[in-house]
Amino acid sequence: MKNNPILRVISKTLFAPIILYGLYVQFHGDFGPGGGFQAGVIIAAAFILYGMVFSLDELKLLAPPSIVHALMALGALIYAGVGIATFLLGAEFLNYDVLADYPAKGQHYGIILVEFGVGLTVASTILGLFMAFAGFDIPRYSAREKDAKPANKAGAKSPKKRASDD
Amino acid sequence: MIEWMLHLPGIIVVIPLVMAIIVALLPSRLGWLGAVLGSGLSFWAAIVLVMHMLEATAMTRISYYLGGWPPPWGIEFAVDHATTLVIVTITALGFLSTLSGNTLIFKDIHDEDKGRFFAAWLLTLGGLLGLVMTADAFNLFVFFEISSLASVTLVAMGSGRDKRALVAAFNYLVIGAIGATFYVIGVGFCYAMTGTLNMVDMAARLPDVANPVPVYIGLAFMVSGVMVKAAVFPVHFWLPPSYGYAPMAVTSLLAAIATKASLYVLIRILMTIFGGIADIPLLIMQWVLMPLALMAILLGTILAIYEKDAKFMLAHSSVAQIGYIVLGFGVATMAGVQSGFIHIANHAMIKGGMFIGLGGLAMAVAGKTDFSSLAGLGRRMPLTSSGFLICGLSLIGVPLTAGFISKFYLVSAIISAGYWQIAAIVLLSSALSVIYLWRLVETLWFSPANESETRLPEQPMIYLPLWVLAGANIWLGIDAGLITGLAKMASITLFGGIS
Repeated sequence: MKNNPILRVISKTLFAPIILYGLYVQFHGDFGPGGGFQAGVIIAAAFILYGMVFSLDELKLLAPPSIVHALMALGALIYAGVGIATFLLGAEFLNYDVLADYPAKGQHYGIILVEFGVGLTVASTILGLFMAFAGFDIPRYSAREKDAKPANKAGAKSPKKRASDD
Repeated sequence: MIEWMLHLPGIIVVIPLVMAIIVALLPSRLGWLGAVLGSGLSFWAAIVLVMHMLEATAMTRISYYLGGWPPPWGIEFAVDHATTLVIVTITALGFLSTLSGNTLIFKDIHDEDKGRFFAAWLLTLGGLLGLVMTADAFNLFVFFEISSLASVTLVAMGSGRDKRALVAAFNYLVIGAIGATFYVIGVGFCYAMTGTLNMVDMAARLPDVANPVPVYIGLAFMVSGVMVKAAVFPVHFWLPPSYGYAPMAVTSLLAAIATKASLYVLIRILMTIFGGIADIPLLIMQWVLMPLALMAILLGTILAIYEKDAKFMLAHSSVAQIGYIVLGFGVATMAGVQSGFIHIANHAMIKGGMFIGLGGLAMAVAGKTDFSSLAGLGRRMPLTSSGFLICGLSLIGVPLTAGFISKFYLVSAIISAGYWQIAAIVLLSSALSVIYLWRLVETLWFSPANESETRLPEQPMIYLPLWVLAGANIWLGIDAGLITGLAKMASITLFGGIS
């Protein structure tokens, strides 16, 4: 697919607008339909499109799996961190009222922060799922199995071959 | 300033969940320390909460509004006397199995995966605590999913030793998902008829529903869904393979706490949510739960006798022990429910200890648990095997152990409700369980050892938690006041009608 000029040009052109639309859905979430989950899926879709057209290896240069895995946890940590912050400010877990000087503003801040965490986690999880299914994304496993058990070489190698065929 | 006491219901659940995320980000070698910290803090918070509840009056209910939204709109966490015993059991056993967890992993899990392993471990613990704590019927479903997805991951990690762990984990995943779906369908029926998801609010509105048929359908769906999660016969079949093929550390965690939370949810649904409708939950308890519990007791015990692998044997025995708990609930008298709660706590101590001990013994023979590999190990590892034996004696209900207290309360509850034949079956199955325990004793002490008779090194991180549990089994067998008292309060609270 890499050699098809139409696919390459279109996916390169669409990449930035898709992410922009994702960001719109993300930050418009507290006024209209949208929010972190939908935005995360849209942003991940841009990366998946890139990966499908330019091969999985190119995608891994763009979004290294180790960073993707860290972002999964980081997004959830932002969510939980907001909860702990409100808790330390003396209110219930995730009670955004205390985040600013008056409740409505606090709710606003809280929702934006929490939705950002959700968006981050959803985008990186979906990207991680895509990488996992498109070819074993955890290089450690295949490397380790090759080192430890030469008998298992065929099983460890075949997904790699598939990845380069893309 | 922060009113710690009022925040405790939230804190107990939030600590393991947040620590799970942090552990996933930290380097793998810190994974176990994070898990010990998370489960330990949660345990400590639970103790503080129970101390507070012990001084409180009978119908005290600590309510915690997540996000500051009051029920019935927001999600509510609630603690009353029915919650305390289960909460302290789950956090205590979670903490003790985490302590031995790092050693029990042995070589099942690679060092660089330990971070994620303990992240899933803490998610399981947090999910189960959430199950017990939440007072919102839909939120309960979310915690079902958190705990079961995390524990499926843990079970699947046994695939390093035996690839059949993947099949077991997949079965667990599918069956568990079906159970959760059944539960949520039931909640949907009740929500359609009452327009609320808060348990107390739903309980108040259910008796006034004009056409009760959808409510009964909802009840049936909810109960059968939770029965799958709690591994009540005949939907228990995911349990033995999952426990059997999971890494030893995971088995010790899941066997001690996983089904206990679901059993608590089962009685909570029947007596709190549907407590206002008198006849139908009673009918379910006496004509559905009780016969199924009896079959679980007999079949679990008989299958355990014929098992050739100690880990599977104990897993089958878990099915039978869950039967005892459900039988206590099924009697549906105050004493019966009390005996169910007593056995929730005691069985967690017994099985947690037995699996930790079995893991310690199995480590000496490269993690194998079949009887021929374990031969003679009892003489070669006296500290581990004697703690294991005490928990085993408690399992069959020898006097002066906690298991005897469970059996005593269960049998006397059954007899005072007038079911003589059922009491006979319980005593018969106790006698049968002597057979499978004897097979273990014979293998460990009286069979010739495979290699030499020399003493093997024993791990302090295994025999110390094991002896804490064995000591608790003896202590609470002699001075049972703590557990029976908490269980009595739980039973009274459930029968009081108010949450």
